[in-house]
Amino acid sequence: MGKKINVKKLISDNAIILLIILLAIVTWANSQNFMSRDNVGNLISNVAPRFIIACGVSGCLITKGTDLSAGRQVGLAACFAAMMQQTLDYSARVFDWMPDMHWIFALVLTVAIMAIIGAVNGCVIAFLKVPPFIATLGMQTLVYGTCQIITGNQPIGGFKESYRALASGNFFGNRFLPYLLLPALLVGVFMWFLYNKTRHGKYMYAIGGNESAAQVAGVNVSASLIRIYILASVLYALAGFLIGSKAGGASTATGTGYELEAIAACTIGGVSVNGGVGRISGILIGVLVFEVLKICLQFLRFDPAYTFIAQGLVIIVAVALDLRKYLAKK
Amino acid sequence: MSEYRLEMRDVVKTFPGVKALNHAQLKLRPGTVHALMGENGAGKSTLMKCMFGIYHMDEGEVLYEGQKVQIKGPLDALNRGIAMVHQELQPIPERSIGENIYVGRYPTKKYGPVTVIDHAKMYEDAEAVLKEVHLNFNPRAKLGSLSVSQMQLVEIAKAVSADCKVLILDEPTSSLTAAEVEALFTIINELREKGVSIVYISHKMDEILRISDEVTIMRDGQYIGTWDAKGLTTDFIITKMVGRELSNLFPKRENVPGEVVFRVENFTSINPKSFRHASFEVRKGEILGVAGLVGAQRTELMEGLFGLRSHTEGKITYQGRELKINQPKDAINSGIAMLTEDRRATGILGVLSIADNVSIASLNQYLIGGVMLDDRKIEQLVQDNVAKLSIKTPSSKTLIQSLSGGNQQKVLISRWLANDPDVFILDEPTRGIDVGAKYEIYCIIAALAKQGKSVIMISSEMSELIGMSDRIMVMCDGRVTGFIDGAEANQENIMALATQFE
Repeated sequence: MGKKINVKKLISDNAIILLIILLAIVTWANSQNFMSRDNVGNLISNVAPRFIIACGVSGCLITKGTDLSAGRQVGLAACFAAMMQQTLDYSARVFDWMPDMHWIFALVLTVAIMAIIGAVNGCVIAFLKVPPFIATLGMQTLVYGTCQIITGNQPIGGFKESYRALASGNFFGNRFLPYLLLPALLVGVFMWFLYNKTRHGKYMYAIGGNESAAQVAGVNVSASLIRIYILASVLYALAGFLIGSKAGGASTATGTGYELEAIAACTIGGVSVNGGVGRISGILIGVLVFEVLKICLQFLRFDPAYTFIAQGLVIIVAVALDLRKYLAKK
Repeated sequence: MSEYRLEMRDVVKTFPGVKALNHAQLKLRPGTVHALMGENGAGKSTLMKCMFGIYHMDEGEVLYEGQKVQIKGPLDALNRGIAMVHQELQPIPERSIGENIYVGRYPTKKYGPVTVIDHAKMYEDAEAVLKEVHLNFNPRAKLGSLSVSQMQLVEIAKAVSADCKVLILDEPTSSLTAAEVEALFTIINELREKGVSIVYISHKMDEILRISDEVTIMRDGQYIGTWDAKGLTTDFIITKMVGRELSNLFPKRENVPGEVVFRVENFTSINPKSFRHASFEVRKGEILGVAGLVGAQRTELMEGLFGLRSHTEGKITYQGRELKINQPKDAINSGIAMLTEDRRATGILGVLSIADNVSIASLNQYLIGGVMLDDRKIEQLVQDNVAKLSIKTPSSKTLIQSLSGGNQQKVLISRWLANDPDVFILDEPTRGIDVGAKYEIYCIIAALAKQGKSVIMISSEMSELIGMSDRIMVMCDGRVTGFIDGAEANQENIMALATQFE
């Protein structure tokens, strides 16, 4: 008897994931190429940067905040990285004076610059008490304007081969194992450790669960929030750096709408909109659900417009199902 | 016409995993006040929510004026003349008092095909209703401009305005001052004379014995019995509620107050209407009770000491060492712990586990290599406390919000014990906790004092203050008005100091 109920609960709790798996099986049955090395490698390359962004946003969401500037920050980071990784003989270099630098140096610089934006977000939210939705909405527009000025509204191309290879290469030449797998894996492990095994993680969940109670328990709420928004920006910087490499170019349009995808993926993965709840494994599943859905519909030759409709439905249904779990307990 | 206005028979209501009501019953006569009593979790509120149509019962029936009825929802209940004042208020503070009274059933008028809200009539009616319950508020004022207790009275006015035949009051006096309680009782008496049946849920024995005609007692979702209120004693009621004899309400205290260790001098709030020039001291191993009416600023003073509120002047010392406290973190590092008044709002981290709730204030102690938390040490801490304070929980991973009030309070006490503080500030430590668990909390407090901790305990229950304190500090309107030795304290001398207005 008890076991039967569990199966039912398992199905209803994971309805979206099961649907997506079903969809993937149907697609595979229709098209042998679906499980090909190219396609799976491609899927991993698509998931990797989005997962990194979603990890960044997750901290904001768990503390009952949000980060609407995520996508634009990714774009700005991609543009920064792109400017520093153009070949010296490229005719349309953004900055002629930019010296030739190793990609690691470019990455570190990008991360450092973006961390400042995260710190500003965090301070505005923690000290000026501006609601995160508004604070990051303002930052979104602000970053976009900055990006337009710096790039002169021109797309940036002509990357060095060493930079391009970061996202296009594969380990052991095996297309199942794109290089992008590694940073996503490292970020995942790091974030899991941070959320589950450190004070920062515990404080984050406590603030999301009940900010006043966390303060009474001695948690430095402001400092925690600032750390969370800085870390978010650092992850956007990393993702932007990788996306620039993967796309082979960057422009002000890079990263548009990524914040919404990331927030949606987190929510599908069980990060509660009411705060205090969310796991890294769930976020990974959330991102996977989205990307698998996209690829499946592509393989089944649906018009891309239908993909958007499907994504929208998934977001609403997933959150409705998630909330139902809490409602049932009342 | 039936003898009863309303009867609930054999009501069964099951929630996932819990049988909240197990053949409960209630019989209301017209024109009486019927007290419904039981420990927390006995099913009182659940039964009332079934009557009011918020919950649908699995089994059982409701007879209203002799007719079998099915109450479909709150609106249906209101239309039939059943009104309810909830334990937790649901105010809309940004709207006017009048709108709050008539929300959902606004008076309307028609301009041809367009129906609009008749504001003039609404405010006129609201004023009349407020007058009826002796409230002198402007119905156009924002609800948010009132104090919590005034809002509660407005809520009662709202129920009265529905012209009800059955009125359910779920812990109506929990935030009222003594004078407001008197006003409420006057209203209740008037309603009773008009023939209204009133269900009165409260934990306060003296109120029950004073106001009610009949008493129904529930335990574990079951009906225990109904008695005429005349001739009932507190002991009898408690025995029936708990299901066993309680020989003593308070444990024997074996603490011996030592030298003065914690000293507060001239502590003054940044808010001129709040606490000012407060000076007091607490001895090692002493329980200092803090008495006062609602609005005496006791909570504010204690939250000020703990760094939750700002102060302009004042000095706090522990064993002669001055403590600089600007935020709770400073207080915690100085060896002070505080159980706040509102457990749900500022105490528990509801969606987190018991382990997280216990360890959150002392995480620095369980680090490996300065970074990683040692889950085994945390589990050990939780298990130690679960055993020591007999916390009833399935596991350390259980969410704290699924525990009863008493067990939540024990978890919060363990949180502070982990820090081994010297001074415990307890703000209403037994509020909303049932009789059995109360006794256990008293034992914990007595044990703390015996270990040499200095305990400051705010309470609004006179018997608790008198029964537990070595000394009682009384406050009135932001000032400390005097101290009374615990052995000499009684209701009269405490009230005399508590009403010493300037």
